[in-house]
Amino acid sequence: MPISDRQLAAVKAALFLLCLVPLARLGWDAWRNALGPNPIEAIQRGLGLWTLNLLVITLCVTPLRRLSGWAWLVRLRRMLGLYAFFYAALHFANYLWLDQFFDWNEIGRDILKRPFITVGFAAFVLLLPLAATSNRHALRRLGGRRWQALHRSIYPIAILAVIHYWWLVKRDVATPALYAIAVLALLGLRALWRDRERREQLAGKYAPQQPPRVRGRIIPIVSQRK
Amino acid sequence: MGTKARNACLKFEMADKRIPPSEITPLQIYRERRRFIGAAGALALSGLLPAAASAQGLPGRKSALSTLEPPTPRDDIVNYGNFLEFASDKFGHVERSQAMAVRPWTVTVDGLVAKPRRFAIEDLLRLPLEERIYRHRCVEGWSMVVPWVGFPLASLLKQVEPLGSAKYVEFVSHADPAIMPNVRRQLLDWPYLEGLRLDEALHPLTLLAVGLYGEVLPKSNGAPLRLVVPWKYGYKSAKSVVAIRLVEREPRTIWMKGVPEEYGFYANVNPAVDHPRWSQKRERRIGEFFKRDTLPFNGYADQVAQLYAGMDLRKSF
Repeated sequence: MPISDRQLAAVKAALFLLCLVPLARLGWDAWRNALGPNPIEAIQRGLGLWTLNLLVITLCVTPLRRLSGWAWLVRLRRMLGLYAFFYAALHFANYLWLDQFFDWNEIGRDILKRPFITVGFAAFVLLLPLAATSNRHALRRLGGRRWQALHRSIYPIAILAVIHYWWLVKRDVATPALYAIAVLALLGLRALWRDRERREQLAGKYAPQQPPRVRGRIIPIVSQRK
Repeated sequence: MGTKARNACLKFEMADKRIPPSEITPLQIYRERRRFIGAAGALALSGLLPAAASAQGLPGRKSALSTLEPPTPRDDIVNYGNFLEFASDKFGHVERSQAMAVRPWTVTVDGLVAKPRRFAIEDLLRLPLEERIYRHRCVEGWSMVVPWVGFPLASLLKQVEPLGSAKYVEFVSHADPAIMPNVRRQLLDWPYLEGLRLDEALHPLTLLAVGLYGEVLPKSNGAPLRLVVPWKYGYKSAKSVVAIRLVEREPRTIWMKGVPEEYGFYANVNPAVDHPRWSQKRERRIGEFFKRDTLPFNGYADQVAQLYAGMDLRKSF
């Protein structure tokens, strides 16, 4: 289903506003004092959860595009990824400011000594280069292949984010487990597709009269250097 | 009563012969009925806050053991906390715990005692009650100041006469899979079981609470009877207690069975010993913006530190 540039612009505008809803709700609840007895914890949880949600949604783009054939979906991916970074940055800022109140000693110790914070911090640091190279300019400078290789680090980032959540809860890991399943399914699907493409390419190599039926990008498996 | 007033009463009695005295509702029942009607109305109006609706007055004598710090607002105490049988977050238990029937309720006190007994909750409510305003520190790093109403556990234990062989006390909480989702899921090895050393249990600070803020204990806070050990992390203070048992050996508590590397038997509040996953140096007092320093034994070191003289609190965490 191809769509016009105007339609895409409308979809993008709607998505832009939609992604602000969780933040607006947190702000509204904070304003009317409805965040419960522990508002700082509520803010921290809300921002963290939406970072994770947006990471998962970003990871959904490629599978959705392949399954639906809607190529334009990929043009929403940058905004979703940047929103994931945006919520992660707010989550981190809230930790530094409201939660620890810039107690750098304590923050340093937390990052080094508390595995769940170490992992969360690592995920945030890994997000930085992705956010920095999200513009067209960086894509051109890096070149498509290198850019893509760099941006595949969203896979370990998503895994680290789930671990961060998993290690935080006291006993009941039911919700982190749901996120783990979602992330593993989305990554597993990619692995599966990749493997299938590889095999189809191999088959194509030995039967050149039948070109492999491939939808989406082709992953080269043979060394380019000859 | 003045003569004039008495005459007026007599006149009234004589004039109103149609209503026999037995028909007149005693004041107490009248009041309770009013309160029930009021509570029912409030319940109908605010389905969200049923805990507040069934409140009944339960005053306690002031105690010198109370802290002078300002208590956390009642709403925060009632609507935020861990009641793991009902919910894994800090809020879900409030509504779900309303399904718990707290009458009739009995507490069995047995084990290594000369006079094992089963107490009806009504008997316990008749004991001389005190208001104890205690700091409450959760192992997760938040804290409150709670005006409990209750009586020292020691006064109950003395009634059953512990034997010389009794060294520890076990507390068993109510567990009902029908109304408790996390009991149904077997999230931990239910029922909730906690324990104290006998000298800790007999310590004057150790309380059995039956009330909060001068009213009957709300269900979400562990009605009708819960343990309160203010110098230990909150999870030691078992809610909705149904059995107290005196035993010879250190009980294996529910958290020691569930996550032995993180939760020990003693669980004394200690800023110097971190939880394996987070620091215990500071805490967020509910209602305050800045974190405050956590005090050794939650600020009760003067009263309880001698109980642990010579012990390595890093090992006995």
